[in-house]
Amino acid sequence: MSLPETLTQRLHAAAGAEEPQWLAGKRREGAAQFEAQGFPTRREEAWKYTDMSRLSGIEFGQATDSELDQALFEALRLDIDACRLVFVDGVFSSTWSDIDHLPEGLSVAPLSQALTSDQGSVSEQFGHLTGISFSPFAALNTALSNEGAVISIGKGKAVEKPVYLLFISRNRAEPVMSHPRILVRCEPESEATVIEHYVGEQGAANLTNAVTEIDMAPASRLSHYKLQEASQSEYHVASIQVDQRRDTNFTSHNLNLGGALVRNDLISDLNDENATVDLLGLFFGQERQHIDNHTKVNHNAPRTYSNENYKGILDGRARGVFNGRVYIKRDAQQVLGYQNNANLLLSDRAEIDTKPELEIYADDVQCSHGTTTGQLDENAIFALRARGIDEQMARGLLTLAFANEVMERIRHGVLTDRVERAVAGKLPDRFNLESLVEDTSL
Amino acid sequence: MLEIKDLHATVEGNEILKGITLTINPGEVHAIMGPNGAGKSTLSAVLAGRDGYEVTQGTITFDGKDLAEMAVEERAQAGLLMGFQYPVEIPGVKNIYLLKSALNAQRAARGMEDMPAPEFMKLIKEKIAFMKMDSSFLHRAVNEGFSGGEKKRNEILQMLVLQPKLALLDEIDSGLDIDAMKVVAEGVNSLRSEDRAILMVTHYQRLLDHITPDQVHVLIDGRIAKSGDQHLAQELEARGYEWVVEEPAA
Repeated sequence: MSLPETLTQRLHAAAGAEEPQWLAGKRREGAAQFEAQGFPTRREEAWKYTDMSRLSGIEFGQATDSELDQALFEALRLDIDACRLVFVDGVFSSTWSDIDHLPEGLSVAPLSQALTSDQGSVSEQFGHLTGISFSPFAALNTALSNEGAVISIGKGKAVEKPVYLLFISRNRAEPVMSHPRILVRCEPESEATVIEHYVGEQGAANLTNAVTEIDMAPASRLSHYKLQEASQSEYHVASIQVDQRRDTNFTSHNLNLGGALVRNDLISDLNDENATVDLLGLFFGQERQHIDNHTKVNHNAPRTYSNENYKGILDGRARGVFNGRVYIKRDAQQVLGYQNNANLLLSDRAEIDTKPELEIYADDVQCSHGTTTGQLDENAIFALRARGIDEQMARGLLTLAFANEVMERIRHGVLTDRVERAVAGKLPDRFNLESLVEDTSL
Repeated sequence: MLEIKDLHATVEGNEILKGITLTINPGEVHAIMGPNGAGKSTLSAVLAGRDGYEVTQGTITFDGKDLAEMAVEERAQAGLLMGFQYPVEIPGVKNIYLLKSALNAQRAARGMEDMPAPEFMKLIKEKIAFMKMDSSFLHRAVNEGFSGGEKKRNEILQMLVLQPKLALLDEIDSGLDIDAMKVVAEGVNSLRSEDRAILMVTHYQRLLDHITPDQVHVLIDGRIAKSGDQHLAQELEARGYEWVVEEPAA
């Protein structure tokens, strides 16, 4: 299918824009690649269950303002003590951002500023990991991204305060597209937390196409949270790639509760010994939501470790996809790689396609993978009802319980609370579990 | 409080209960004993409202209401609570959530507001101390990874919080070590009161050394073959069940 006229024009404009040479070159390549490929269709293996071709039929504009009133900001944001960058439909909002008092060792800037003030380091990182061959969306982002975040954590610094990137999607007369680019550099022995939070006004039907590149120097640690609670009419695509060196530890919390059509691609490259990755995922679709998670762990070095646990809850006519690939390179011995995907179908019309893939070229490794898809345990429902809890609430509690395994790994109280409430709030009809969640500490 | 009249019940078409008649008044503690296969667990399951058990004849009235008409949760809300022989593990559901939602469901059914959080926490603290349980247990998942003794203690804790009118205890002593047995028995004894009744179903007389019943019934082949006071239990312990079958029902 051909691309919308406005998009073609924008790609041509980007390819010819006056920009530093290194960037102009990448733009041209990205634009050409995307023009050649277009939005992926189901004919492509990696997109077999997720049809993105409908995006070709939508004329997405581009936002030029970051207008946002306080009430909406307060309603959507996480009230968390953090270094905050706020973007409204891809446009940086200095009004709502807060990076005045950065802790020692942390540097955070919007991409648009870093492109002028810190071009050297941006040029090293931009597209270094996530190239235009990653996916058509990564190519599109490369061609058009003019905003995002550039984060670096200094050598040996353990930064307590999280970096909080808030992306707000507005309900506009005409839908818009944005292409945030997030570049994270963890210097040796550094420690930090980065939260990407995607939210939207009800009815927002924009396309957010984010790319995150994370470069982890030896012995660095990073907790990465991606909380996606966009409106149920939003299109959301995220491509995340992590380069892990020796002794690094990367934990990903990929939490997807919103969006009409959602695709996440997450790749961790374990490139040196004792690099460890923990991939935790939770997705909850209802009505006609479609949420696709593709993950890939590349064990490129011996004694590297991965542990993955994705949980999906699907209600209504929602559809979920989980595709988890674990690759172990030749001679990458003594690798441990575990993967699990469990899904809960709350309705007869909900659907999950789950596909674990192990590709192993070494002989001394320990790997396992498993997927389960099921309904709630009827014995547990009975046990709860036998205590006076009505059936709907029992189902609600058990669904929350199913999600708990992933939620309890979230290490920030505010975030845990938000996710727990959001999951409880998405539960069928029916029961408000919120009163349960609060006030139960001794 | 509980009136069972000529109760017949089938499981998968097989008649297991063949005409049970039993009345339990407030303040009383009853024990039902009997050999394996006599129908003890079927009776428990029918009272709890488990699926797959069909009442084919007779009536069960609880507090003047027809139990067969009540959903599982309605029975509990009305004050008929079952302590299970094999408490189910519920991964991911914290004990505190179970207790809170159960208590508030019961209050809602009785037209009461939710219990305020501070009052609730005070109540819970008191009860877990009584059951000699650690407060960390409240934030563990219901019965997950619990020992047999912990599971049974947890059943009794739920009773102490929910204060049933009629507590049904199904083989509550099975699998308990000596210390856990004492704690569980103390918990059950603390429930005894003038307006509450307790019905214990047990295979062993030993439980009745800790919790003295007012009446003991012997269930054999789906019927109550004999009833008596606590001494009947001791006689059963000494002589087994066979002699009961040979004598006419009391």
